[in-house]
Amino acid sequence: MSEKNTTEGRITFTLAGALAGARRCVPIAISGCGIGLVFGTLAGQAGLGAGEAVLMSALVFSGAAQFVVLGLWVAPLPVATIVFATLVVGLRHVLMGVALAPVFSKLPRLKAYGSAFFMADENWALTLGEFAKGRRDAAFLEGGGLLMFLAWTGSTFAGGTLSGVMEDPSRWGLDFAFTAVFLALITGMWKGRSNILPWTVAAAVAVAAHHSLPGQWYILLGGLAGSFAGVARRGH
Amino acid sequence: MHAVAIDPGTLFTIALMALATYVTRAGGLWLASRFDLSERAGAWLDHIPGAILVSLVAPTILMGGPVKVFAALAVVIVSLRTRSLPAAMVTGVGTVLALRALQANLL
Repeated sequence: MSEKNTTEGRITFTLAGALAGARRCVPIAISGCGIGLVFGTLAGQAGLGAGEAVLMSALVFSGAAQFVVLGLWVAPLPVATIVFATLVVGLRHVLMGVALAPVFSKLPRLKAYGSAFFMADENWALTLGEFAKGRRDAAFLEGGGLLMFLAWTGSTFAGGTLSGVMEDPSRWGLDFAFTAVFLALITGMWKGRSNILPWTVAAAVAVAAHHSLPGQWYILLGGLAGSFAGVARRGH
Repeated sequence: MHAVAIDPGTLFTIALMALATYVTRAGGLWLASRFDLSERAGAWLDHIPGAILVSLVAPTILMGGPVKVFAALAVVIVSLRTRSLPAAMVTGVGTVLALRALQANLL
């Protein structure tokens, strides 16, 4: 049974694991720099100083949430709306954290909850890929996340100071970089025909929700619908 | 111009955003370690990563027009053959760029 894969074996948290995570995240961090440049530039146009933009990138560390709130960033700041939007965009993290829990709940609290800060879509997916291969070094998540953090904050600063460098990422095809990485990860997760139903349901619900609901609800709803469809199928 | 000056109201808003995001990042771990998971819940967990990743990409690809559909196919073929993340990324970005250039020249 595949769910046992995530609980068997000794769980470690080593420097070697962190370095392995950082190495695997290099291409992601590079394309993340392109997005960070765009964020820094747009933040400048929204009235945030370079220092404020970097502070947001360092403390919030979530591209999706940060781009969404830029659209709300008008004086006087609608603080409650901004914070609520951030919370809604971040809800998918709850589901992602649940998926990491079989391994991370066995770590000392400081390491587990310290790592949680660095959990982004990309290093989370890579970490689950490592666990699925039987590797159990939980520092992989933080290593990759730290590199992405440096790339994200550094490029935010660059974008905020050198404004207008990359106003349109689609001109460089960069809008597709993350999609390509996610697709490659999905391809690696293919286990057979049992994936067809949950993935079809996830795709259908995500497209429908993307079409009819604002913001990032489609990720959460698609993820919930697809994973429940997978369990329902297994039950018969 | 004070590029590094930070407005107190902005700082306050960013701090609350940081708190909201961290709560979501730590929340799943906290919930799952508080409550014992049944075998059925374990099976559900197994399906979450794939379902979330599919949900992340499906609207981009399926509503992104023929360029993105073709680029997605190219990425899937390359990653099945090579199992390499950088190769998949270069293929995706390269295919999108090439097809957009082609489209622009044909119109």
